[in-house]
Amino acid sequence: MRRTFKAAMGAEVAALALLAGLASAQAGSLKIESWRNDDADIWNSKIIPAFNKQYPDIKIEFAPSAPKEYNAALNARLDGGTAGDLITCRPFDASLALYQKHQLDGVDGLKGMDNFSDVAKAAWQTDDGKTTFCVPIASVIAGFIYNKEAFAKVGVSEPKTLEEFHAVLEKFKKDGTYVPLVMGTADQWEAATMGFQNVGPDYWKGEAGRANLIAGKEKLTDPQYVAAFKEIASWAPYLGSGFQAQTYADSQNLFSLGKGAIYAAGSWDISTFRGQAKFAMGAFPPPQPAGTTDCYISDHTDIAMGINAASKNKEDAKKFLEWLTTPEFATIYANALPGFFPLAKTPVKVEDDVAATMVGWRQTCKSTIRNSYQILSRGTPNLENELWNVSAQVVNGKLTPDAAGKQLQDGLDKWYKPAK
Amino acid sequence: MPESVSNITAQMPRAKLAGLLLFFLGPAVAIYSLFSIYPLVATMALSTYTSDPSGGRHFVGLANFQTLLGDALWSKPFWNAFGNNLIFFAVHMCVQNPIGIALAGLLSLPGLRLKGFYRTVMFLPTMLSVVIVGFSWNLILSPLWGVASGALKAVGLGSLFAPWLGLESSALVTLSLISVWQFVGIPMMLIYAALLNIPDELIDAARVDGLGHFRIFFHIKLPLVLPTISLVSVLTFVANFNAFDLIYSVKGALAGPNFATDILGTFFYRTFFGNQLQLGNPTMGSAVATVMFFIILVGLCLYLFLVQRRIRRFAF
Repeated sequence: MRRTFKAAMGAEVAALALLAGLASAQAGSLKIESWRNDDADIWNSKIIPAFNKQYPDIKIEFAPSAPKEYNAALNARLDGGTAGDLITCRPFDASLALYQKHQLDGVDGLKGMDNFSDVAKAAWQTDDGKTTFCVPIASVIAGFIYNKEAFAKVGVSEPKTLEEFHAVLEKFKKDGTYVPLVMGTADQWEAATMGFQNVGPDYWKGEAGRANLIAGKEKLTDPQYVAAFKEIASWAPYLGSGFQAQTYADSQNLFSLGKGAIYAAGSWDISTFRGQAKFAMGAFPPPQPAGTTDCYISDHTDIAMGINAASKNKEDAKKFLEWLTTPEFATIYANALPGFFPLAKTPVKVEDDVAATMVGWRQTCKSTIRNSYQILSRGTPNLENELWNVSAQVVNGKLTPDAAGKQLQDGLDKWYKPAK
Repeated sequence: MPESVSNITAQMPRAKLAGLLLFFLGPAVAIYSLFSIYPLVATMALSTYTSDPSGGRHFVGLANFQTLLGDALWSKPFWNAFGNNLIFFAVHMCVQNPIGIALAGLLSLPGLRLKGFYRTVMFLPTMLSVVIVGFSWNLILSPLWGVASGALKAVGLGSLFAPWLGLESSALVTLSLISVWQFVGIPMMLIYAALLNIPDELIDAARVDGLGHFRIFFHIKLPLVLPTISLVSVLTFVANFNAFDLIYSVKGALAGPNFATDILGTFFYRTFFGNQLQLGNPTMGSAVATVMFFIILVGLCLYLFLVQRRIRRFAF
């Protein structure tokens, strides 16, 4: 039977730290910590060889952990002094905490950092924006991916407004061949990330609303936030039967098996679908609410890389990070991992048509990051956790949009005092 | 007649006896101290500290416990997890253990064929990885492609099907039953072993007196295995209040919907290791772990003083 869970957990972390210690780096070699174990192949076969063409003497080992364990394992290794030289940075507070503990170095002095806009760097800066501690690598864009065959069969086209969107969903529901909208609430974050944060920016005007929320000038009980909740609540009739128990993997399978028409998507899904789906796919940005003209997309800065302050080989680590700022790296990365979009200012040609469509929205719509990520998820209760919880409940019909806004704002008010 | 052990040790030189004791007990004590006692004490020590942003730790006494039990932000999820844990435990006590006893009773019937086969099959789920159990049941119960809805429809009960794992009202009980399915082999084996220990003469005498299988089980066998049943109950209690893996593998660390499946293990995990944007808080997490330890300790003490002492043991 299961015994002393605490001890087991402690032992696991210790074991991880020990394993990492055995493989600690020597001079001339670099080890990369990352949660992208899905991409290990691409790092080993494409990215690192491309780097080695210029710097044949620097040996690089890509050593990823499972995404769920990454933060805990990385912290244990950093505390134990056994972490790799290069640290893949989660956005915002997780990495900020590492910088504050002097476990990450600043990267402002690196060549090529001026190749990134302030928005691109925001996720890896101190609150005052003065110091950047990770080199931005990529962002992910939210939107809707659809089955082109299903659209042709039912005779509908990409909806531009929410009204059209609902008309399309209604048509699919009447037709009955496809699940109109693929999204589940079992894992909760789908409803928050691909629901609320996906269609929401149009309501709260992207970065402006996000900044107002942080400044305390807007509240989550304001009409624009409640309206976003109302919108996702109205999706319930169009979701697959038993969506309350539909996990993220279920959603991916449902769509890639051709049983769904529209998939509430993050661009990171593209590579999964490329491997599995046999039909043509298209993508459209979140449809506009009535009466709005500007469009906003969730273009969320997600991944970056910094230098372990305790690294013994910082010279080579800097060379690698400087190479990450080049268009050469951006092109390789964007095309090896369609759906992860480079953040450098130099435009990059993306071959994958769905990925190209999504990154093309940057030209017509304004980019914003998820509003719960910066500063607002620092206290207890944690806003992002709360957002997952209430978004899933709103879609499940267990919580009204008004009550959802109230619960979030009440939670925030308990610890967050905006700077006056 | 061989010499009794106490005589041998009494005649032994002190140093030699100490050496022997060290030889036999030393490794176990060392390993147990290193992997069980030390982590426990270290956890308790850590729970009296707090950390600041630069990574420094400061002693705060019992402040973490005050926050955990006194501040509604912490105490609400904590008591929610505790309540869910009680339900989780109750389902195991009311379903797992009676079924375990019944299966053991059936297995110990004289003349039952394929005993070994049944025993193995019923014990198999216990040996499966929790991740596999969670994954399989997720699939079985899936409203999209699970066999559960089809099976219910086949017998005309299709309307009873619901996405049980996703509903606030049923998710926790469903998960508890999955856990019951997985672990029912343990009470079965323990009680089966106890049943085998009952001397045949007792059973034969009862049969001569005219009792059937059913009454023999209830009036003869069951009272004789009561000590084992209470042991099983305690093991269930400890395992349930340390449970974590099944919930985590099926529902994730946020134990949805609306924390309906959050038990102390997942609450601890979220606190200690964090979740998505929530940063891990090792000191507060240690406080949660310490409280969990005391909950289990209190439960065990109650058992020892109220139950264990009153149990009559029978020597055959």
